[in-house]
Amino acid sequence: MPTITYRDALNQALREEMERDPDVFLMGEEVGVYQGAYKVSRGLLERFGERRVVDTPIAELSFAGIGVGAAMVGLRPIIEFMTWNFALLAIDQVVNSAAKMLYMSGGQIPIPIVFRGPGGAALQLAAQHSQAFEAWYAHVPGLKVVAPATPYDAKGLLKTAIRDDNPVVFLEGEMLYNIKGEVPEEEYTIPLGEAEVKREGSDVTVICHSKTVAVALKAAQQLEADFGISAEILDLRTIRPLDVPTIVRSLRKTNRCVIVEEGWPFCGIGAQVVDEIQREAFDHLDAPVLRVTGADVPMPYNKYLERAAKPDPAKVVEAVKKVTYLD
Amino acid sequence: MATKVFMEALSPTMEEGKVLTWHRKEGDQVSDGDVLAEVETDKAVMELQARGVGVLRRILAAEGAVVEVGHLVAVIAAPEEDIEELLTEERQERPEPQPVGTAGGRPAVTAPAPAAAAAHLPQGGEAAGQIKSSPLARRLARERGLDLRIVRGSGPGGRITKRDVEAATEAAPAAGIPQTGYQDIELSQIRKTIAKRLAQSLGPVPHFFLTTEIDMERAVEARDALNALGEGPKISFNDIILKVVAAALQQHRECNAWWLEGAIRHFNEVHLSMAVAVEDGLITPVIRNAHLKSLREIATEARELAERARARRLTPEEYTGGTFSVSNLGMFDIDQFTAVISPPEAGILAVGSIIEKPVALDGDVTVRKRMRVTMSCDHRVIDGATGARFLQTVRRMLENPLAIVW
Amino acid sequence: MAQPATASHLDAAQADFYRHLLRQMLLIRRFEEKAGEAYAQGKIGGFCHLYIGQEAVAVGAIAALRDDDYVFAGYREHGHALVRGMSPRVAMAELFGRSDGCSRGKGGSMHLFDADRLFLGGHAIVGGSLPLAAGAGFAIRYRDTDQVAICFFGEASVNIGAFHETLNMAALWELPVVFLCENNRYGMGTALERAAAVWDVYRRACSYDMAEETVDGMDVLAVHESTRRAVLRAREDKAPTLIEARTYRYMGHSMADPIHGHYRTKEELEEQKQQDPIEKLRMRLTDEGLLDDSQFEVMAQQVQGEVEDALAFADQSPNPEPDELYTEVYRS
Repeated sequence: MPTITYRDALNQALREEMERDPDVFLMGEEVGVYQGAYKVSRGLLERFGERRVVDTPIAELSFAGIGVGAAMVGLRPIIEFMTWNFALLAIDQVVNSAAKMLYMSGGQIPIPIVFRGPGGAALQLAAQHSQAFEAWYAHVPGLKVVAPATPYDAKGLLKTAIRDDNPVVFLEGEMLYNIKGEVPEEEYTIPLGEAEVKREGSDVTVICHSKTVAVALKAAQQLEADFGISAEILDLRTIRPLDVPTIVRSLRKTNRCVIVEEGWPFCGIGAQVVDEIQREAFDHLDAPVLRVTGADVPMPYNKYLERAAKPDPAKVVEAVKKVTYLD
Repeated sequence: MATKVFMEALSPTMEEGKVLTWHRKEGDQVSDGDVLAEVETDKAVMELQARGVGVLRRILAAEGAVVEVGHLVAVIAAPEEDIEELLTEERQERPEPQPVGTAGGRPAVTAPAPAAAAAHLPQGGEAAGQIKSSPLARRLARERGLDLRIVRGSGPGGRITKRDVEAATEAAPAAGIPQTGYQDIELSQIRKTIAKRLAQSLGPVPHFFLTTEIDMERAVEARDALNALGEGPKISFNDIILKVVAAALQQHRECNAWWLEGAIRHFNEVHLSMAVAVEDGLITPVIRNAHLKSLREIATEARELAERARARRLTPEEYTGGTFSVSNLGMFDIDQFTAVISPPEAGILAVGSIIEKPVALDGDVTVRKRMRVTMSCDHRVIDGATGARFLQTVRRMLENPLAIVW
Repeated sequence: MAQPATASHLDAAQADFYRHLLRQMLLIRRFEEKAGEAYAQGKIGGFCHLYIGQEAVAVGAIAALRDDDYVFAGYREHGHALVRGMSPRVAMAELFGRSDGCSRGKGGSMHLFDADRLFLGGHAIVGGSLPLAAGAGFAIRYRDTDQVAICFFGEASVNIGAFHETLNMAALWELPVVFLCENNRYGMGTALERAAAVWDVYRRACSYDMAEETVDGMDVLAVHESTRRAVLRAREDKAPTLIEARTYRYMGHSMADPIHGHYRTKEELEEQKQQDPIEKLRMRLTDEGLLDDSQFEVMAQQVQGEVEDALAFADQSPNPEPDELYTEVYRS
């Protein structure tokens, strides 16, 4: 099986879906001539032409709205935000138009659209360029929210997102684009709403997604080596709809849980997961669920402060020790 | 939604309870936690609390009625709510509770198996909430019939977790496990055989008895001197005996022990049961960690426990989990007696009166204050010489009270 | 219908068309009056923005469209929906929040949709519908058809970012969109002169090198003519147009707002009503001998009957089933 980068896995997904369905097009800043700010759309302009690979002015609100309008009349747009930080300018169209159109039209007007781009912190990009928005979008009924951690998942989930008849917020990671993984040559898709156990374990479930999956896996190795703790790593993959049955199944086995996410703690993804757990797995808990999140501050520029603000394996290890009563 | 008020298991051994007084009458508004009635259990008078909000619509057990645990005694419901169906259901399932004529004379109830005790525990809710425990631990305890009140929690703030329940289930004895360190000693073949043979020949607990007479002159002097200071509580002879027994047990852990059928448990800490006569029987409140307490602390605590025992106000935690017992009938002018061991404890010391009597001392006959004590031993746990050595320590300490602080 | 004796230069088809426009304006007027009454009775909730006074704009403009063109509007859109062919029954039922409404009671007054007639809302965030219409225009170019998209919006939208972003891209990409600004002079209670540095909306088009027109929005025939030119430009030249139709609303911003008061005078309102678009067309048809009083009476009674019927229909339409709450959140 070929080993490719997350970036190329996304590129393959875009290419294959645009080949498959002539209604699919890509629109955003620098997606065409420049080949993509992060080169995810490399080569697509040459392959599909200006009609289907559309460079826009810096006008997030309206090119997002143009995407929604095109979806209203039956096209299947993929709107690329150079980063999700800039998508705040477009959130009116994502929330007020895309997410609600089907409902407020009484089911008459579906919006098959994908909003995608990198989210979360990279390195020393400071406060306005370093934020994870999963929780913002997952809050909204009518949106689906996907945040893949591996090249395999990125490709399979993006293909499914493009085929979905609902608006999908697809959060990639700038720090993930270069990671490599096996991606089969043959066609495959991954259903939205299915979490995956990335590592089996019996003592604690570590729930994570996107970049924090690698963090959790590293922590799991250390826990095994240093403390003999067997951690199960559960990658949500799709934030909304949330795969509660898989979470509960794992909790029944391990009885303890740590949730790791890059976003801020208040009303974060972990808060929702904890809510599901305390309702659906109450009798299986042997310890309160702990969360490892980004620090509750705007992201600082300084390298060391920034490191302190992000989830890392050591923080996950600490939390796991607490829930397993080793600390 | 109507709330059924049941006779609750208010002690670990309770199978039925007698309604003494209703604090609320039919038609009263009640809320969660309100005291509805006082109930006499096999050990104490306890409060029956409301577990719902509404009007106390019907009282089904009159004052004086003896009701089995789990049977309906009252119904709380909304003012207009129809409760007839609920009552009919209940009547079909259970006979009406019968009031009894007199308050006293009910036989003491012996300790039931742990499963039976646990079955009487309320499921989750308030009672379980009083014990810090994880949801999983509560579920496991429920499934295994384990009373969480006797499990020591190792988590933060004493939270009982899965591993605590698992440890407790493996070694759950018939009564409460004190919250203390201990070592379980595996039974050797010869010990197993002794246990079996002795049990066969002498009954479920194979007792033997050791008696010694102790010269109490110096203990009396010490007590008088302490009380003459006029500070703190009055010290009784029994207090001094309790203090000495606790100290001696620290030196003879093999007597500070439980028989667990499959094992013998030697405790590091001394939780001293002290027999207190009450109007219609006997109860043994426990002085926790007696080995760590000063004479003055023991005197204060013993007095308070005895008072509350007589008032029947002890909570179950206060009369379970002892590691050794002391029974004193000296005040009733009993010279000497043998006491019955309270399993799983392995020993009990029966204390008689202090009597002036002529004794030979250094070749002369002289009158001395003397006291006879008899120790009942569970032979499966304590052998003759073991018990004798313990008694020797008790005797030396009482004859030279300074040894307590030495 | 027997034609009256006429000195008109109009042919019969044109005469029918003008009478049709009058009837549509009348239908909107009566429908909105009934909606106002129903609102006062508590049968319609929330925000309810009436179109009374502005009827000529929707009627004149939409008459210039084909059935396969796309129509987008804001939250004052009952009239546009009716002109596009939504039945008064279905529209009123939606205002009532009932299950026979176009959006099954889930959208309400501000979110009328009729996918079959390509009436695409009903959008209640100021400026929100502008990029959507451009998106439909983009799709038209993408599919290379000769359709047109039209977007109705108020003059208060022209100060919002989406207006500039959208007009820029529409001009840049040559999208077949007609941007029709209904300048009723007040954004809620703020006069355009108090909100905009440039008071002539149509002049904004020059920023994007876009075709523009300004038109008397109280004159349905003028609006129709103007829109017809813009639609042609879109259909044939693939070029957008900004039209400013100067109009006036007789009612408050919404049913919850005063009709006049601090922000405009009663005298101004009365003066504007002298320009009433319905009266204006009726007079013209009367003058040309194309409509006498009794004919108008018949028309008015028909319209009245239609609106009464819509009200009765809405009144007896059931509320949505409780489990409708959770349907149509996602398309499965």
